[in-house]
Amino acid sequence: MAYVIPKETYTGRVLELEFGKALRTAKVGGENTLPFLSFEGELPNKPVIAYEIQDTLPDDWPDTVKNLYADVSNNPVKWAKYCQDELKAQAIAIRLVSTHPDRENRSPEDAAKTVKEVLSAIDVPLIILGSNHIEKDAPVLVAAAQAASGYNCIIGKAQEGNYKTITAAAMAHNHKLIAMSELDVNLSKQLNILITQMGFDKTRLITDPMCSALGYGLEYTYSVIERIRIAALLQNDTTMQSPILGDVGMYVWKVKETLAPEVDVPLWGSLEDRGIAWEALTATAMLIAGANLLIMRHPKAVETVGKVIEELI
Amino acid sequence: MIIIGEKISIIAKKVREAMMKRDPKPIQELAEAQWKAGAHFIDVNIGPAEERGEDLMKWMVESIQEKVSLPLCLDTTNPVALEAGLKAHNNQWGRPLINSTSNEPERYVMLELAAKYNAQVIGLTLGKGGLPADAEERCAIAAEIMARAGECGVPLEDIFLDPLILQVCTMQDHAMHALRAIKMFQELNDPPMKTVVGLSNISNGVPKQMRSLIDRTYLTLLMYEGLTAVIMNPLDKELMDVLKTTKVFLGKTLYAHSYLEM
Repeated sequence: MAYVIPKETYTGRVLELEFGKALRTAKVGGENTLPFLSFEGELPNKPVIAYEIQDTLPDDWPDTVKNLYADVSNNPVKWAKYCQDELKAQAIAIRLVSTHPDRENRSPEDAAKTVKEVLSAIDVPLIILGSNHIEKDAPVLVAAAQAASGYNCIIGKAQEGNYKTITAAAMAHNHKLIAMSELDVNLSKQLNILITQMGFDKTRLITDPMCSALGYGLEYTYSVIERIRIAALLQNDTTMQSPILGDVGMYVWKVKETLAPEVDVPLWGSLEDRGIAWEALTATAMLIAGANLLIMRHPKAVETVGKVIEELI
Repeated sequence: MIIIGEKISIIAKKVREAMMKRDPKPIQELAEAQWKAGAHFIDVNIGPAEERGEDLMKWMVESIQEKVSLPLCLDTTNPVALEAGLKAHNNQWGRPLINSTSNEPERYVMLELAAKYNAQVIGLTLGKGGLPADAEERCAIAAEIMARAGECGVPLEDIFLDPLILQVCTMQDHAMHALRAIKMFQELNDPPMKTVVGLSNISNGVPKQMRSLIDRTYLTLLMYEGLTAVIMNPLDKELMDVLKTTKVFLGKTLYAHSYLEM
């Protein structure tokens, strides 16, 4: 008897989400099968990779990735244009780190101005991220959402401590919203429920279960994403069917393996290659777990992961 | 867990009167309320319907599906009325479920109707010789129903075996017999046979204020044994909460603090 490949049947589907404006939108999600199992279902949209930029000098990035942007990183508009025009970014994610009270503590108005300038200079879709400071992110993202009104951006991250304000801003200005919880599948579901109970349309939501770097808890992130996808697809849990974000770069480019110079750890090989490999491997693991949208930093890592996507789909 | 809403039954005075007067409103309201509460099927129990059963079932099916986008569980012992219901059923909302065939000769025809109209069917493990004594006897009857289904061309995936729940207050042993039967039914085939119960039978005859508690507790045990579907009152919030909570324990629903609200 010929071998028959056992196939799982799924009752649920990941919601499809489109962001950006006019002809340059990006679409993620829509699959009704676990990642890359195209023989079991449909995978209408490939995962999208966004380049991360910041609204201030990336002083906390290691040289191997900071130096690549040395000519443009003093100006977020130039930086964004460089990613769009030279690196052919599918999307850009601007992190408003300068608003963090421990950094330059810039005002929400400043942040809004930066967002406006960046948006008028590029036409690829934009993701707008706060500085991950619960209190400060609320006014910053409210101002940014307003400045980006009409551009159909993704804003975030809404967390347990600030989701009400940020959700209201995303709703008022028609943006998509990232709901982030800290590596806890039950809290992730709870936050999605609370946000939709405010009247926010679940088809506009993105789940960020919190990323971690290879060797620093990636297996926890992996398990959480896996459980979310099982709930979404096999149990048709309608609160867990949002596309998933992997905010990869910020977790990778601060671990020892991407920082330690060759003189200190000669056996580890080239520092730059090591960093690229670390980001590419972390990102690939996120995709295999079920992430739909990635935020990354090093162009060579982006290129590598892009190839993986092409080969797997 | 597939929930079959039981509220539209000739036993209820309000429903019976609406049926007699052909007044669709009370029936449609009950159907909509059960749909909103989470029912996947609406049971339509018109009883033996000896007079004008055909007309009544057709009218019931059309009235309900005019307002509710769900498949129906057609519940009558009158095969002519049942066939009229199957003809009128809007399969756009899912395939109908026949309630029920059994090992009583007069109910064999239900399997033929299931085959003819591509319907699913409940197989009640009740035979010619009165009530089944235990789980083993229920399984023996189930096997006969399954064999007959094969002859009629009804796929086993379309059968929901019902162990026949009996009232705990006079037939206490049968609470355990039926639970064991739910487990054993599943082993009669691979993939496992589907199962269903009429839950409130368990609390027939007990003081009214205890019925809900008895139904709830028994439902948890049935679910633990792998029950597929349940005929019950989805408007009973405490019962629904127990169902949702048991699904959390069984890993069928991902926990979140607000799981009861979903």
